[in-house]
Amino acid sequence: MADIIDQLVGIQPGTKLDGIRAQRQQARDNAQASYLALFQPDSLADMSLSERHAVAVFVCVLHGKPDIAAFYAEDLGAEARMIEVEAALAITTGPYGKYPEGVLSAEDVAGPPYTPGHAAALGPRLAAALAHAHLLVFHPRDAAPEALQALIDAGWSTTGIVTLSQLISFLSFQIRVVVGLRALGASSDPKGSPVG
Amino acid sequence: MTDTVITYPDHHEPTAFTRDMLGWLPWLEPLPEAELTDRHRHGLVEPARAKNPYFMLLARDPDILGARTRTDKDIFYNPNAGLPRAERELSAAATSRLNGCIYCASVHARFAVQHSKRDQDVDKLLAEGVGADLGPRWNAVVAASVALTAIPLTFDTDTIKSLRDQGLDDLEISDLIHGAAFFNWANRLMLSLGVPKA
Repeated sequence: MADIIDQLVGIQPGTKLDGIRAQRQQARDNAQASYLALFQPDSLADMSLSERHAVAVFVCVLHGKPDIAAFYAEDLGAEARMIEVEAALAITTGPYGKYPEGVLSAEDVAGPPYTPGHAAALGPRLAAALAHAHLLVFHPRDAAPEALQALIDAGWSTTGIVTLSQLISFLSFQIRVVVGLRALGASSDPKGSPVG
Repeated sequence: MTDTVITYPDHHEPTAFTRDMLGWLPWLEPLPEAELTDRHRHGLVEPARAKNPYFMLLARDPDILGARTRTDKDIFYNPNAGLPRAERELSAAATSRLNGCIYCASVHARFAVQHSKRDQDVDKLLAEGVGADLGPRWNAVVAASVALTAIPLTFDTDTIKSLRDQGLDDLEISDLIHGAAFFNWANRLMLSLGVPKA
């Protein structure tokens, strides 16, 4: 199947960006393998496919990237709209959060708490997953055992929490690679021609 | 089942950024070593990681762990041209400093010093944060990592120009993009699944 980062950046074979990615082919192949491990997994026992796509849409909108969200929304159906609305309400800036008390406390940055607005419609598992995604996207240094307990209380298994955490964190990587390579592609190289 | 959170009531976590070696305590039960299959070992990549609680917790989903680790290794260790290793590590350390991952920052600050010998500049980054003055080229690397980490993301063609002005070519810029982006993955796992220990 198509390389998802190439597709999202708009990289065509034979272009300069294609050549740059080819010089880090193992990273390119394994970014794709990461996508496949999360979105075409062998086992759905601990996190369903619709949960995976719903969290992905939410994370992309939180990053201000509705076009990337649209890619993940394709497989979500009617639920996508509710997730997009929920994410639009949850958007803030980051990273914020508190440090363990001490010399770094002077760098603590306050930020808004988030509770899903459509909790009943989302159901407890997905509502808890979106709350966790908001924590990891915007204020990961506020993470605490209580956040994991909230997931367990909502029905998440230990393995499911690992997968959910990887999915949110992988998207935090993928979105940034796409943003970075788009900027590189859009900028003229020193000789004056676009590199895309 | 082992679906319980592990807490450490008497634990005192590090309260400052440091280049010291730190440990890490998981908040969820790692996979017991006796339950490792070949698929888990493929995900762990390095056999020694069977002794590491972070990797053994992530091994509960072995396919994404293996792909994550192989992505990581090529971004940071591929020696064929591109950004000098010291500056790949600088992008990782700066990203970790901004997100607040004391554990990740300690590892990659040590690597940045090892490969650059600029211990004073690395310590300045840890002490003062991403606004520290580290000289024009390192300042540009740190600022680009910040632009690709803080939300809203502000990394754009002006960022690319600031890197070209410091002599970075397109492969070097791509390495920097991947280094900073990867630590936005790693920091979130490290920060949210356990706690560092001195």
